[in-house]
Parts: sequence; structure tokens; C-alpha cells
Amino acid sequence: MTTTAQIQPTFEAWRSKARELLKHGVAPENVDWVDASQTASLLAEQPADHQTAPNASVKVPADFLRLAANVCAHTDERRFAILYRLLHRVALGGEKHLLAMPTDRDMHQCNLWAKAVSRDIHKMHAFVRFRLVGVNEQNGREQFVAWFEPEYRITRLASPFFEKRFASMEWSILTPDECANWDGHKLTFMPGMSRHDAPAADAHDDLWRTYYRSIFNPARLKVQAMQSEMPMKYWKNLPEAEIIHDLIASSDQRVRAMIATPERPVKPAPNNAYLNSLRNKPEKLTSPAPASPVSAP
Amino acid sequence: MDLTRKLVILADAAKYDASCASSGAARKDSRDGKGIGSTGGMGICHSYTPDGRCVSLLKVLLTNACLYDCHYCINRRSSNVQRARFTPEEVVQLTLDFYKRNYIEGLFLSSGIVRSADFTMEQVIEVARQLREVHHFRGYIHLKTIPEASQALIDKAGRYADRISINIELPSQKSLDRLAPEKNLTNTMQAMHGIRQRIDENVNAKKAARQIVNRPRAKAPAFATGQSTQMIVGADDSTDALVLHRADELYRDCRLRRVYYSGFSPIPEPSVLLPIKPPPLVREHRLYQADWLLRFYGFDVGELLPKEDPNLDLDLDPKLAWALRNRADFPVNINRAPQELLWRIPGLGTVNVARILAARRWASLTLADLQRMRVNLKKVMPFIIAADHRPHIAQLESTNLRQQFLPGPRQLELNFNAPPPTTPADATMVLSGQL
Ligand code: SF4
Repeated sequence: MTTTAQIQPTFEAWRSKARELLKHGVAPENVDWVDASQTASLLAEQPADHQTAPNASVKVPADFLRLAANVCAHTDERRFAILYRLLHRVALGGEKHLLAMPTDRDMHQCNLWAKAVSRDIHKMHAFVRFRLVGVNEQNGREQFVAWFEPEYRITRLASPFFEKRFASMEWSILTPDECANWDGHKLTFMPGMSRHDAPAADAHDDLWRTYYRSIFNPARLKVQAMQSEMPMKYWKNLPEAEIIHDLIASSDQRVRAMIATPERPVKPAPNNAYLNSLRNKPEKLTSPAPASPVSAP
Repeated sequence: MDLTRKLVILADAAKYDASCASSGAARKDSRDGKGIGSTGGMGICHSYTPDGRCVSLLKVLLTNACLYDCHYCINRRSSNVQRARFTPEEVVQLTLDFYKRNYIEGLFLSSGIVRSADFTMEQVIEVARQLREVHHFRGYIHLKTIPEASQALIDKAGRYADRISINIELPSQKSLDRLAPEKNLTNTMQAMHGIRQRIDENVNAKKAARQIVNRPRAKAPAFATGQSTQMIVGADDSTDALVLHRADELYRDCRLRRVYYSGFSPIPEPSVLLPIKPPPLVREHRLYQADWLLRFYGFDVGELLPKEDPNLDLDLDPKLAWALRNRADFPVNINRAPQELLWRIPGLGTVNVARILAARRWASLTLADLQRMRVNLKKVMPFIIAADHRPHIAQLESTNLRQQFLPGPRQLELNFNAPPPTTPADATMVLSGQL
């Protein structure tokens, strides 16, 4: 018969449910996985027709757990079922080597999901922008808030990075699904919030845009390359993105101005003791030739 | 001059350095609640500019005043560019302010040469010292070093920095004499050897420290974990063979993490000795590909660039070009061949080779398996044998095979700008975002 596994869409919830099902040897095709946060009715979870044996443990490779944590953060509704099938095959189906089989269909699918999620985590580490909101009067720590819109449910997976890096600040990262909060000692999580709960700008954004504008080389315009790494969906929360169009539009003109500039003559060397000492070095031309049959032309 | 104006001038002055890596630093963080920052593992690109380049570090010059006259450089003494100078405190504050907002991974500081090499180095080091000792900054620091500076100062720079670099600029002294007359290849190589020695000593000291158990361990003195350099391409008439032989020598002898190839790009303030032309982006890209083959695929320069042809084929990637010259080595059986041969198959990267080696222990691999790994079948098929595939020998011998691989006119435009990641492992992490 079919069991309905109704869980909150988190790795922890999936893991404890999967562990329970596995202990009773429930076959993957007999489980119907339901995301409790997506179902309108708050039906009590259907009582399991088997009892949990709390001490029996299921051993799976650590690699699998890492994969599962990422897959669960994805939003595809098939993820819990496929992940359970994979687990069942590894733990009970005698396919211990599955994790080394990127060509297997289930592995392939889970790898794709995990990859999309880790890319999203990486982009969150890159594109979160903190805004200074105040200073804690008791301990002098600066307080920052950021607003970010990840594609998947990754706040928990992405937060330890910020903890390590910004441990001496107080910060919150607000996202629509879940918010992270660091008070200088402890990382806690709260329900999602809205963009209006976060400050819109920081006094340093202007200086940052100045830097961004100045480090750009108009002679090497490659908009495609930029967009493949920094897709437009992230632009709305990046202060520097405001000036991208401007930079692109003016680049052609700037290059033409360079080309039209008269070439500058060579100025003689000033009388400087250090420069003179360089010129007097006798061994200047004794550079070793490359160790190869090809030598300088 | 106000800070914004200085930032405009001194970031503009720094943008021709292609180096952007913030990876490969020793693991450190600020969970002890003192100071700020973390490094370790791969670096992060916090933004991208419309030239396709990653913005990872605050990359600025301390000053753009310079005694030297390098003709490819906007800061040379013959240029009429406006000059500016940051105080060390200004750079320190900017770095911290940007870092706390998660704009950057850290600082990449370089400088025009003022008064003397030692004087300039001391200024640069002072910034790093303040960041590390006054503010306990644990983010990434990359310091540009001047080869003529004293060994004591280079050592000091290495103690504060995660990475130090000296730009070799051009592959031969002959080219330097014409375009960067103050620069000296021998000095540069000697300084790189010196840095390598320090890095090695430090690695050994760390290893030794790890062996001591059960007593307070002597902490190995910190030192940069890597050095890199940059070569400008297209400003002189050096061949690709000369460029790559020089790079290969640096990788072997000085154990460089990275050689960056920077296509000479138009600058405001062009020199009469070096008229400006469009940057050789495709050539730059092919050099990066060849560099990759040297470091991770077991190729040597002579194989990629036979004597009679000292420049890379701009139309084909260097591995494919090599395979077409060496068709007798193919087809290769993906279910049997050793790793070194799999690495030589056009269209197969080290990551997919590792997957093939893992998966073929359990099953004989087919084209569908390769497809699932996102291998470009059209590219590999003429060169491989799979469980369900064997290429026609006629196809492999056909003179049209090269034709078949020539890119459409538009494809050449793709992604030729940003330097690729430092290692294949970094590359997969960039794709997958794994940490
Ligand atoms: S030393 Fe040469 S490359 Fe460096 S800033 Fe001066 S002129 Fe430019």
C-alpha cells in the first residue's frame, strides 16, 4: 500500500522521514512525498502503519548526505522521491557504488539539482550586499542588514560562510523564504521577510560604483561573458548594476577617443639616483634563454 | 584631491593587471571575534564588469606616479595622465569599508615606482601591515613586488600577503629593452626564485609543525602561499612558443601558481613607440587553453607548438589542433585507455575523465553515458571507441576533418575575456559553486 510522507521542505525533515521509512523497508514506489508547506489543508500527517525503531541506524556514505542536503534545498517537487529511491538503492538495494556512477539516471538527476543549488549558494556568497544600519551601543559592533533573493531555499546552507567571515559584526540577511541573523555569538533563523524590511541603500554604494566604473576596461567589451556569470536576475539587488547600461553605451566612444589621441613622445629620464643605478647594471642582458629548442627571434 | 577622485585615478591605473584570483590562500577566519574576514578554498567573484572580468579584490595603485617608462602602461613617466597618491590609511579604510559590505574578497595593491624600489615597497608593505596588525584583517591580500627591492622587504611583504607577484611583462630581454627599458629579466627571475624558496621553506615548516604532537607546537611563520605573474601579449613580436616556453620555465623553476596572459589593450595616452591596436583576445584565450594543457594534461610546449609552427591555431583549441596533427594516436578506447590517454582526447576535460574512470569500473560506457556527462559528442566521436561506437577510419583520416571543426564566425566571440580559473578543481567549483 502507499504511504504518504508529508514533510516540511527541509533536509532535516526529509532525512528523519526517510530514515524511518527505510528502517521498515518501505519501497520507493510505495511512498507519496508531499511538501507540507505547499498543501493548503493542514491535515494531520497520516499515522504510519509501522512503528519506529529508534535505535536501529542506517549507514550511508557521507557523500550521500552532502548530496541530499543540496538536493532538498531545490524546488523541484520530484526531489524527495528520487532522493529516497537513490537512498533505497544504496542502502538496501546493494548498489553501494551508485555514488561513483555519474551516468546513472537518478544520480545524474540529483547531481544536476545539487549543482544548481550549490551555484545558487555560491552566488549568494558573492552577491549579498550589506548595508550599515547602526552601531550596537553596548559593545560598539557595527550592525548590517542585507536583502537577497536566492533561487532555492539555501539560507541555512549559505549562512555559515558569513558567520566565519563577519563574526565581529552583527548582521541579518533577509530573504523571502527564511532570514538569517547573527548577533555576534549565535546564528539564528527566522521566517521570510519582504524587501521593504531591508534598507534600500548604503552611503558607500556611491564609492563602490565609482570603483566599478573605473576598473572597467571599455576596450574589451564582453557583455555576454559578464551576463553568464552575473545573470540579470541578480541585478536588481546589486548597487553597481545601475550603471552597467551607461558603461556599455559609452564604451565605444571612449575607445574612439583613445585612438584619436595623439601619440605621446618619450620623455627623457629624470636624474634620479635609483634610475641611474639600474642603468649601470652590467649583467642586464644575461637572461637565460628558455630551456627549449625555440629561442628568441 | 578628494577620495573619490583618487579612487577614479588609482583604480583606472590598476585595471590593466589581469590577475584577479583570490583562491589558494591558507584557511583563516574571524570566529574568534577579533578583526574581520576569512580566506581559504576558492575565491569569490563579487561582481563582473561589462568587459567580462571578475571583480574580486579592490585593485588599486598606491600611487600612479612612476619613474619607469613602460610603453604599454598608462602610468609611465612619459604619459600625461593626472597623478594621485593614496595615504596608507585611506587604502586601509577603503578596504575595510568595502569588505564589510561584502563587495570584495580583499585587496590587490600595487604601485608606480617612486624614489626607489625599496622606498616604494615600504609604502606598499605599510598598508598590509596596518590591515593585518592594527585591524586584524583576515581577508585576502595580494601585493605586487618590485624585483629590485631588497630581499628583506620582499620577505616582509610575503609575511603579510596571501599572494605576491612580480610581473615579467614580456618574455625576452630584447622586448623589455624596447618597451620597458628599466626592467630586467634576470632580476625578475632571481626575485621569483627567492620567493619560491621562502614559500617552500614555509610549507616545510608547516609540515614539521604538524608532526609535533602532545606539546605546544611552534607556529610556522606565516608566508604567502603562492606567487603569480603576468605577460603582455601582442605588444611585441614574440611568438606563442616563446611566451609558453617562458611560462613553462616559470611554472617549473619558480613554481608559479599562475601566469596571466594579458592581450595588449588600447590605453588613453598611447606611446609613440607602441601604436594602439585592437586587443588580441582570441590569441590570449588560446594561450590560456595551452597553458592549461601544460599544467594539467601532461602536454609539453614542443607538442603544442612544433618548430615549424611557433604560433597557436586561432581557429581551433590547442588540444584539437594537436589531435589533428597526431591522428595516428586515435581512436582511443574510453573503456580501457589509461588516464594520460583519455586526457588527450579533444572535448574531454579532467573532470569528465575522472568520472569516466570511476563509472567504467561498473559498466562499459556508451555514447549515451557521455552525453549525460554533457560531453560534446560531435567533438569526441571521431577520436573515441565506446561500447556502442567506433569511428570510421576514413573519417579520422579525412582531410575534411579540420574543416568540420572550424567555428562559425560568431562562436569565436564567446567568453574570450576573463582569465580562466586557476585549476580544474576551481573550474568545476565555479560551475557548480561548490565550496
Ligand atoms: S613600472 Fe612600468 S608598468 Fe609599472 S607602473 Fe611604472 S610604468 Fe607602469
